[in-house]
This record gives sequence, structure tokens and C-alpha cells, in this order.
Amino acid sequence: MLEIENLHKSFGALTVSHDISLSVGAGQCHAVIGPNGAGKTTLIHQISGVLRQDKGRVALDGKDVSALSVWERVQAGLGRTFQITSVLPSFSVLENVATAVQAKNGSSLRFLAAAAREAALNDIAQDILTRVGLGARSGQQAADLSHGELRLLELAIALAGEPKCLLLDEPMAGLGRTESVALIDLLRTLREELPMLLVEHDMDAVFQLADDLSVLVDGQIVARGTPDEVRQNPKARAAYLGEGSG
Amino acid sequence: MDRSLVIGALIFACLLAMPVLLPLVGAEYLTGLLIKAMLLAIAAISLDLIIGHGGMVSLGHAAFIGVGAYAAAIGLESGIENILVLLLLTLVVTGGIALITGALALRTTGVYFLMITLAFGQMIYFTLTSLAAYGGDDGLTLWSLATFFGSDIVQNRGGLYFVILAVLFLSWFGVYRISQSRFGRVLRAARDNPQRAEVMGYPIARYQLIAYVIAALIAGISGLLLVQHAEFVSPSIAAWQRSGDLIVAVVLGGLGTRNGALLGAFFIVIVEELLSSVIHEWRLIYGPLLVLLVLYAKGGLNDLLTPAAQKGR
Repeated sequence: MLEIENLHKSFGALTVSHDISLSVGAGQCHAVIGPNGAGKTTLIHQISGVLRQDKGRVALDGKDVSALSVWERVQAGLGRTFQITSVLPSFSVLENVATAVQAKNGSSLRFLAAAAREAALNDIAQDILTRVGLGARSGQQAADLSHGELRLLELAIALAGEPKCLLLDEPMAGLGRTESVALIDLLRTLREELPMLLVEHDMDAVFQLADDLSVLVDGQIVARGTPDEVRQNPKARAAYLGEGSG
Repeated sequence: MDRSLVIGALIFACLLAMPVLLPLVGAEYLTGLLIKAMLLAIAAISLDLIIGHGGMVSLGHAAFIGVGAYAAAIGLESGIENILVLLLLTLVVTGGIALITGALALRTTGVYFLMITLAFGQMIYFTLTSLAAYGGDDGLTLWSLATFFGSDIVQNRGGLYFVILAVLFLSWFGVYRISQSRFGRVLRAARDNPQRAEVMGYPIARYQLIAYVIAALIAGISGLLLVQHAEFVSPSIAAWQRSGDLIVAVVLGGLGTRNGALLGAFFIVIVEELLSSVIHEWRLIYGPLLVLLVLYAKGGLNDLLTPAAQKGR
């Protein structure tokens, strides 16, 4: 579904991505773990088009998207969430999602009819909110949500774009215990129909969700395999798991 | 019912009744004052589309009033009399210039956008002052005015007041409708969080450019009407200070609200008139008054009239 081949990026003398190749198959969750500063977010930025790679290629569903801009990649089916929660603060929860639904449903070059009253958009948005567990909060202003709810809203916004593949940048960051358990459950049901690339620090989440695991250290993948294989891999243990979070 | 809609309707009802009421109290100069306020309000409403709803602070908006006014004036000087033809000319010229300057200006954001729109505005201003054939710095008095297929309904002695009122109404109604449409929603999303809007799949710069051009077109129309009313045009209407006045009107009235720009424009014109008739150094009072309003009514005049719970946002 998502193929990343020999992605390379440096800022001056600092190489942040060193010939990274990985793939996410249909129905799979591929997790990327690694210590802080390993280049995980930079990797997500390159895949989603926020940063342009120096070399290498990103393909979605067999189609090369490396030259596309951010919004074109989203339109092509590459959804993402942000490490630092990113929503539309002055919009209602429902309108946040409806705005994302709108991008996939008809032209946005309509100037007169009131968008907030379009039942077609609102119904889809409400369904998605119910699905992520925010159904009862749809009338709230996004700025009033708790941190955990904002994470869910971001996920709802990403789902509203009907992605073929989802990039999740540390979705568990800052969540409490019960919130992470709920989110892990949700992502597990989503995984069945939606391939994901998951960048995450929370080892519980990674081992519960991931089919494949890549360990990124200093911009290089030092180990890969199933979660169990990686757990046994001495390089991976030294680089990351040895830090005590396994 | 939405309170902001009621307030808006009341304002328009008053404006509609004024030409009947004013002659009774024998204050015909007030008609001129109201026209001045309405023309400022049309331009301020258009600016609110890009500042209030779009989050793009332009300091060159008055230049489009100037472009519209000069397009109409030069058209008149060349013998075009039909106001619809002049309108078309105004729209084509203003829209073309807005498309080019907007495409360049929108490569920047924030204070850089402000600087580049100021620079374009000043380029337009100095271009107008160098039009020697059309009066240069001194401006141009127009000896013939536009007609509506020969009728003087679009002139001061005809029904120009009502024509301007109708354009004001359409701008007030239209810009708010646009802000609540699918297009406006994308525009507001890009203002709230440009990165988020882009990662929803929107090429936000295109939406912003369209809004910029729409705003310029409306400002251009106010320029055309200004020419009809003043029977005179000079580059000073395009000066950056005029762009500043427009920003003051929008901010003072309440950014991105239904009535904000309308209230702000009327407030400025009326307070200026009142203060300057009482005291010569009226700016000494006007300045602190603005400071107080901005400090204590953060949502602008609109917030004073409309409780936060049912703001017409």
C-alpha cells in the first residue's frame, strides 16, 4: 500500500534520514520506534510532503507521490495526524470534521449556500465522531476539548479524508492510562481496513498494534522485523529497548 | 432570531428612511456624510473578507479603491457613459491587478504579507500620481458623469444614494454569505490553522487568492461609486493612510463578524465629523477613544451590541 524507497534527507552536514526503505501492506500496521532525535517526525514529514526528500521515493497504492504537494498527497489518500495536536480551534468539533469531509465531497468553490447546514457533510462527520467516541461532543468548540479529546478529534479529521493509508505521529503522546487503552482499542479496529504507519514512544501501544517494526537510530533503520523478533534483536535492545521502556 | 441579523436589518432600515427624514430636519449635508460612510463601509466589508475571515492583513486595500475609481474616471474621459460598461471596465482592471499582486503577495504571510501589500499599494498610488494626462497629483474633475442608459438615476441629483445603499447591502449580505459557505469555511480554516487546512487536502493559497480578488473587486466598485458621487478623483484615495482607516474600521467594528465592518465604518465617519465640528484638535480625543475601544471592547463594537453567546460569527 505505502512504499518508501531509499529516502534520504540532510540538513547541511546533518543526515536526518539515511536511505530509509520500508513498506506498509494492506491491513497492516508498521511501527517506527527510536529514541528522541532519531528522525521519526522528519520521516513522517517527508512522507506527507511537509518536507521534500533529497533522494528516494514515496509511492502510495503503486503510484509515485514523491513530487506531489501536501494537499495533493492528502487528496491521493495519505492521511496524517500531528505529534503536536493540530485542529481548527475556533471551529466546533463537528465543523472540524465536516471541513475535512467537504474536501472529499464535491467542490469547495461554492460561495453562497451555508456550509454548516449541509446535512450530507454533517451526517458523515457525526458518524465519524461517534466512531472515535466524540459523538456527544460535536457541538463543543474545539478549543474547549481536553488533550485526550483533541487527539481523538485529530484522528476523526484524518479519517474524514477517507485515507488509503494513515500516518500517525505519536498519537499516544500526553495521554493518560485509560485514554491510551481506549485509543489503542480504536486503532486496532481501524487497522483491519486501514493500513497505518505508526511512530510511537509508547511500547505497550507498539507491541499491541504493530505487525512490523522498524527501529530508527540517527536516521538509519538498525533493526526490523515482527515485534517479537525486534525484542530479541541485540542492536535494537541496545539502541532503544534497553532504555527500560520495553 | 440571530441578534446580529436584527441589528443589521435595523441599520439598513434607517439608511433607507434617511433621504425622507433628513430634508425634514433641514440637514442635507448629512446625506453627503452618509454616502461617505457607506462608501467606506463597502470597502471595509470587503477588507473584512480577507482580514477577518481570511486572516490576511493587507495594508494596501485602498489602492483597489483608487484603481476602480481611476478605471471609471479614465473610461468617462474616453467617452464611455454607460455605468454598466464602466462597471465592467472597473472589474476587469481591478481584478487583473489584484490577481497579479495577490499571487505574489500570498507567497508570504503575516507581517511580510502586510509589507508586500503596502508596497504594491504604494506602487499603485505613485502610478496614479504620475498620470499627468489625468491630473497627476492634483486629481481630475469630471465634467460628465456616468448614466444608466441615459438616465441620471446613478447620479447625485438622481438616485445615487439608493444605488450606493443597494451596493452596500449586497456587499454586507454577500460577504457574510461567502464567509459561511463552503468556500468561506476553507478560508476560515486556513486562517485558524493553515497547516491543518492543507493536511485536510486544500490548496489554501488558491482559496486565499480568490478571496483577495473578490475583496479587491468590491473595493473597486466602491471606487467607481466614489467617482460618481464626488465628481472628482485624486490619488489621495489610494494612499496607504486610507488603507489604515479601513483596517481601523474593521478592527474597531469587530473582525470577521456580520456587522463589524459596517459599524466600524459608520463609527469612524460620524465620530470624526462630530469631534471635528466641536474642537479643532479633534484627533487628540479621537486617538485615546480608539485606544479605549480596542482595550475594553476586544470584539469591537459588534461585541458591545451583540452578547458573546449569540455573536454573528
